[in-house]
Amino acid sequence: MRQRLDPESRAVPAHADTAGHEPSAIRERAGGTAIELHDASAVIGARPPHVVWSGVDLLVREGEFVAVLGPNGSGKSTLLKAVLGVVDTSRGAVTVLGGPPGVANRRIGYLPQRHAYASTLPVRGVDLVRLGLDGASWGVPLPFGSRAAARRQAKRRVEEVTELVGASAYAERPLSELSGGEQQRILIAQALVRRPRILMLDEPLDSLDLPNQAAVTALVQRICRTENVAVLLVAHDVNPLLSYLDQVIYLAGGRALQGPVEEVITSAKLSELYGAPVEVLRTRDGRLVVVGQPEAPHVHGHRHG
Amino acid sequence: MSEPTLTWNLARDVEELLRYRFMVHAFEAGTIVAVMAAVVGWYMVLRRQSFAGHTIAVMSFPGAAGAALAGLPSAVGYYVACGVSALAIGRSRRPGRGPASSARSGESAAIGVVQVAGLALGFLFLSLYSGVLEQLESLLFGTFLGIDSAQVLTLLIVAIAVLGALALAGRPLLLASLDPEVARARGVPVRTLDVGFLLLLGLAVAATSQITGALLVFVLLVAPPAAAQVLTPRPARSLAVSVALSLLITWLALSISYFSPYPLGFFITTFAIGVYLLAQLARHVSPRARDRRPPAPVAPPHSGSAPIPLA
Repeated sequence: MRQRLDPESRAVPAHADTAGHEPSAIRERAGGTAIELHDASAVIGARPPHVVWSGVDLLVREGEFVAVLGPNGSGKSTLLKAVLGVVDTSRGAVTVLGGPPGVANRRIGYLPQRHAYASTLPVRGVDLVRLGLDGASWGVPLPFGSRAAARRQAKRRVEEVTELVGASAYAERPLSELSGGEQQRILIAQALVRRPRILMLDEPLDSLDLPNQAAVTALVQRICRTENVAVLLVAHDVNPLLSYLDQVIYLAGGRALQGPVEEVITSAKLSELYGAPVEVLRTRDGRLVVVGQPEAPHVHGHRHG
Repeated sequence: MSEPTLTWNLARDVEELLRYRFMVHAFEAGTIVAVMAAVVGWYMVLRRQSFAGHTIAVMSFPGAAGAALAGLPSAVGYYVACGVSALAIGRSRRPGRGPASSARSGESAAIGVVQVAGLALGFLFLSLYSGVLEQLESLLFGTFLGIDSAQVLTLLIVAIAVLGALALAGRPLLLASLDPEVARARGVPVRTLDVGFLLLLGLAVAATSQITGALLVFVLLVAPPAAAQVLTPRPARSLAVSVALSLLITWLALSISYFSPYPLGFFITTFAIGVYLLAQLARHVSPRARDRRPPAPVAPPHSGSAPIPLA
């Protein structure tokens, strides 16, 4: 795979093999800023308003694979919603794809947390992917004239993206018959079908077994590189992601830290963030364990079976 | 009229069926109601709002009884009661915060209370009206007698309005039903669609319950769509199957109840349940269900023991 580390060259293979995409995607500078938060805060609820985090500075570039970590309730999902513009971020500045949040949502692929009833949906994988393409449009698509051509094109795009995530073999089957890993691939395809510039996945590894966690992570990294998409992936555990990430965002105590894993997940940095002594241990095979964080007494070990 | 008898000559039977105007009207009304109930019900089943649908249906009973008491046409009572209860249920739904399931369980308790209150009110109105018991039966279990052409026209207008609205909002509603958070992120007005759909459901229920009665409207709303969704996972196809099953059930029930002394509601219910059970049976014996393969194994890119979680 052609994969160089300097951001300028990352875009080349993506544009070479995805001919016919929106011109706006070409205009984006390779390695340009995808998401920027400056002294930003997120507020949820009105009576009383609750500040989830504040004074947050973040910068995510196109083609970067970033994990969002932190204990429960630290505002990881809220960060994704802030980028989508569905959470109040009026205090501070948030810029998404060069504009205020909520404006460019058509160019953001979003996979919300825990599709609780995805497992019982009476639709096929391809139907869900197709809804990602034109599910927000009003009216009935009638197969006449130019619409027929648009239909064929939509069908081709759905096939292309299910192929990209490796879901072609089972995309025609009802979702209820698919395993957790297969469903997750379909949902990622749905998020990707409109060729987003930003892909946001909220705990996509949750409830997957270890081989599937690794496979989905590898898939997301490959898409991040080949399509030059900025990826924000919310996770409970950084270890399955370690070898794939460019950066991490660590949320705790209403604040955030950003940087490469080895700079952020350290005893000194996390102790400062939590405002309490926290120790980061590294096992011999390179995995990270955080000990003593005050806010997460219920560790998430049970989720990983 | 002479007692109608069923022969084995299909052409003669159909001729016999359509000999009287009231029966022609019944078929017209039944056809309109069957199509509308099948389409609206398809979304209702998909959205898991059957309980809300049933409650709106039950509310048509106090509506009609109240209208009788107030000396208004019963159709007014149906539409007002169903519309108001749809709006009330829509208001009780908290805007989507947290998982959909928890929002819906809080909703179901409120709906349950509304439903019981509605039934009690209906009986109160009826006893105040001191009408004949016959009316209670037709309010609850439906009748196909005495549908006039004005009623058919009203049904047609309501059906066109409801189906037109669904055609316009069909895809965003589907997305919002399957995946509200993605829909919201994509700019679909999820909350408006929620309330709007309940209103359409209210309209469809009010129209349908004039034929099937307050207790049995639910049968046409739920059985054909549920059977169709069992039979095929393709949205467009299962919508079409739902309409076809609904028409089949309604036509068959109307025809047989014409030739028999038993009420229409009994036949509609029996056929609807039969169709649903057959669909379930078909799924269990279908080749696709049998050769269901286990999920493909995924090659692990790196061998690692179970990671210790990092919060």
